[in-house]
Amino acid sequence: MTVAATAPPQTANPGFHRLSDGRWHRIEIVFWLLPPAAFFLLPGYLVLGSQILIVALFALSLDLILGYAGIVSLGHAAFFGIGAYTAGLLAVHGWGEPLTGLLLAGAMAAVGGYLVSFLVVRGQELSRLMVTLGIGLLLYEAANEAAFITGGVDGLSGVTMWRLLGVFPFDLGGKIAYVYSMAVLFLLFMLMRRLVNSPFGLSLRGLREGSKRMPAIGAPVLSRQVRIFTIAAGVAGIAGGLLAQTTQFVGLEVLGFPRSAELLIMLVLGGAGRLYGALIGAALFMVAQEYLSGLNPVYWQFWIGLLLVVVVLFARDGVTGAAEALYTRLRGKGK
Amino acid sequence: MLINFAGILFDGIAYGSLLFLIGVGLSVTMGLMNFINLAHGAFAMLGGYVCVAAMTRLGFPFLAALPVAFIVTAVAGVVLERTLYQRLYQASHLDQVLFSIGLTFMAMAAATYYWGPGQQPVQLPGFLHGQVRVLGLDLGAYRLFLIALVLVITLALVWLVAHTRFGAQVRAAVDNQQAAAGMGIHVNRIFALTFALGSGLAGLGGALGIDVLGLDPTFPVKYMVYFLLVVSVGGAGSIKGTLVAALILGVFDVAGKYYVPEVGAFVIYALMVLLLILFPAGLYGRRV
Repeated sequence: MTVAATAPPQTANPGFHRLSDGRWHRIEIVFWLLPPAAFFLLPGYLVLGSQILIVALFALSLDLILGYAGIVSLGHAAFFGIGAYTAGLLAVHGWGEPLTGLLLAGAMAAVGGYLVSFLVVRGQELSRLMVTLGIGLLLYEAANEAAFITGGVDGLSGVTMWRLLGVFPFDLGGKIAYVYSMAVLFLLFMLMRRLVNSPFGLSLRGLREGSKRMPAIGAPVLSRQVRIFTIAAGVAGIAGGLLAQTTQFVGLEVLGFPRSAELLIMLVLGGAGRLYGALIGAALFMVAQEYLSGLNPVYWQFWIGLLLVVVVLFARDGVTGAAEALYTRLRGKGK
Repeated sequence: MLINFAGILFDGIAYGSLLFLIGVGLSVTMGLMNFINLAHGAFAMLGGYVCVAAMTRLGFPFLAALPVAFIVTAVAGVVLERTLYQRLYQASHLDQVLFSIGLTFMAMAAATYYWGPGQQPVQLPGFLHGQVRVLGLDLGAYRLFLIALVLVITLALVWLVAHTRFGAQVRAAVDNQQAAAGMGIHVNRIFALTFALGSGLAGLGGALGIDVLGLDPTFPVKYMVYFLLVVSVGGAGSIKGTLVAALILGVFDVAGKYYVPEVGAFVIYALMVLLLILFPAGLYGRRV
């Protein structure tokens, strides 16, 4: 459904529905050299850098359900928040080991996602939107009211992390946080890249394009949607856990509606249905936010709204879609 | 205790009738054009600000500012519908959601720019102040006025839809757009007029609601859930469903905040998820 309005991608790239051989393209390798390069070239921006890496991971998780499986969610921050609070609470109550904390954060969010997925996948698009929105708000209110556990509006402070791998302490300059976030993002990206290029990933795209026809070729719709929703929730939980561990604080806004909405914006900006779209969208959004909202938060909100309207009306496939179209055209001319 | 309960019921009905007034436009646009318009609350906010501006800057009395709010919002609605919304009728719901979130953000930023981030006050005329004693109950005069006005508007709407040529055309277009167009009904014109009416009513609701819901630039997001809830519980395109859902929601919200303030808005969100799971197509929605 995401590409119904414009030309479907298979016309731009005839090999779209063939299973990928999983080989890494030159551009991909260059792309993944950027985060380590930034670590050495821009040491003053490491805090922003790790924020970008974490949000990019979060955006990837939404891309799995929205871009690939075509399930619209307005409450994806719920799972980010579950992960953040799990990791944060573990550390507050005396278990500050980062890696196991992160795994537990992902596991808790995945359990949450599994339970919620049954409510989400059964409805039509409108009720999906409403149910995800409602669950997001429900969790926000729950965290707000349960201030004795979560700290409520003041946030959860006193998160103290142990040394990463027992060796590296989290420092104020954010070097370890950056490397840690980068490693987690890259590892999960490789898993997700493998996932979307697998037959399972292809069947998800099939569900997106024609959920009525997929049962006819023997693909179980509900169980696949439940599975991908659970995976996406788990990844979002890991992203939330990363944020809690690297900033050593959990604010109530990790669960807020604006976070879910901004995430959708990033994905659409970068181009949904492409893993790199989520990464690039998150990076562009975060950098723009850093500079523009520094000038004036109100103007920032106005421009992001305008950008969204323009992207929907004119550039439906986002930055990566536009780049891909340009690339195909250039190659066509070269022949 | 019983008196107390009656008071809460009354306040809930007043609140619910306001939600109905704002939500009915959203319900009709969703039913008619199948468009998920998250920016509907922005029209209500515009109505509120127009009302305040007409009163403070042009010196209009409250009752004269209400029609101004209706007309300005309706005109804004029809302009946006013709220029932007109609391009997205065929688009996916995701596109519509993103587009209307974008519009909402712009409206909120613009409102902060022109009117500042604070709450806007409204000066109600003297006869709407205070309490009126009815059957041994002290009822707020303004809320009584609100209920009466919404009652009149609802009856007018029902008459419009059930007994006029325009209403018949709207019903035909909701039921089957293509067949309606084939019968010579100008579906696009019906869409534009309905959108104008819906946004105008939202604007009126926003103006009337300043005293009850408040008015500040976060209004569209703060109440978005309530409007969507009214529509999705009531069933898109059904005036009766919207009314019933709005009243249920209003009463439950007021009662929840009164009896169990510690759980806050939790009641309403839980109710929403529950109702959506039990009635995926809404209380009065047509089963697809």
